[in-house]
Amino acid sequence: MAEQDTLIEQIRAHVEDKLPALDGIVALRRTSEGTASYLFHEGDDLSQLVLNPRYPLSTTVSMLQKRFPEARFGIVARGCDSRALVEMAKRNQIDPDRLYLLGVACTAEEAEECHCATPAPDIAQWPQAELLGTPVEAGSPNPIVAEYDAMPLEERRVFWKQQFSKCIKCYGCRNICPVCFCEACALENPAWVEPGVLAPPFPTFHLIKAMHMAARCVACRQCELACPSHIPLTVLYDLMRRDVGRMFGYVPGDDLEALPPLSLTLE
Amino acid sequence: MEYKNVLTTCVYCGSGCGLYVQVLDGEIVGVLPVKEHPISRGKLCIKGWNATDFATHPDRLTTPLIRDGDDFRAATWDEALTLVAERLLAIRDEFGPDSIGVLTSAKCTNEENYLLQKLTRAVLKTNSVDHCARL
Repeated sequence: MAEQDTLIEQIRAHVEDKLPALDGIVALRRTSEGTASYLFHEGDDLSQLVLNPRYPLSTTVSMLQKRFPEARFGIVARGCDSRALVEMAKRNQIDPDRLYLLGVACTAEEAEECHCATPAPDIAQWPQAELLGTPVEAGSPNPIVAEYDAMPLEERRVFWKQQFSKCIKCYGCRNICPVCFCEACALENPAWVEPGVLAPPFPTFHLIKAMHMAARCVACRQCELACPSHIPLTVLYDLMRRDVGRMFGYVPGDDLEALPPLSLTLE
Repeated sequence: MEYKNVLTTCVYCGSGCGLYVQVLDGEIVGVLPVKEHPISRGKLCIKGWNATDFATHPDRLTTPLIRDGDDFRAATWDEALTLVAERLLAIRDEFGPDSIGVLTSAKCTNEENYLLQKLTRAVLKTNSVDHCARL
């Protein structure tokens, strides 16, 4: 824990140094009300800046940049935040030139918990970025993916049918997703998803979401953590990401310059 | 440029899920689940995710309305509460306390519900009080 205490002190000191030159830094703030995203300003109590529990801070940055088109914000970003920002930048949801990214390396325990392949931001690709903490090895892959791979086709169908039947259509997976930002959502189109009916149509509902996650999902796990029905959504998106990687050599969140395959295909 | 999350409790049922109302410069811009909440643990249903929709809805009542023939007219809280008190007491006295039943709400706090049952029993003199979350 001592190392973590030092890391958070370093982060707070860095934030304090950077705040005067920025319009604010997005990070997590712990108060007596709990922990949530917050826009820190100069003079704020930085002892309240914390790293857990994770929230999709990239979404907050996007919202703030759109609202204040001239402003320059910072973000205290884990690997997943940085990856989400990469995909958002490609789709005009954030402007990297108006962003200072203070990267934080996750711990080995965190990397393992998230089965994270890249548990630290790649700061080289950001115009203004620094990294604090020591990057650790990737976490082990999600064991459910290997179990799924071992299933015959029919068993896979039964697996998803059973999982998706638990869905209460809260739309939480979509709402919390940093790379779900379409103004008109296919999942709200009655032609695809009949309103007022549970469970949602199988497999349409979750496979529409999965298709839209292809070349987008950065494996931040927020959807799975927000799911009241404990559907292993990251397994679904892990499989999508693997296919996109094999077919197009594209890894979402990896490279700010790489164009997503769907854009290339349409061009 | 003030962005913060305000802790509150979902008003839609009696479960009491925790949610943050995202506020940007005094304007509600979204909802987030409270990950450290002992009940909802970072999860919400569709109602919680949309729990703030009515806050600024144009149809939201901002003043009491009193029925006036086939229509309603705007009234002050004093006028409305006085009318309710007078009518309830008149009904109690004319038809007896058990002619009145009270339904309380999951949208209230425990304390407000306590006060309403107190009013029902001590003032209206009936035990006919229930709560939508007990259904």
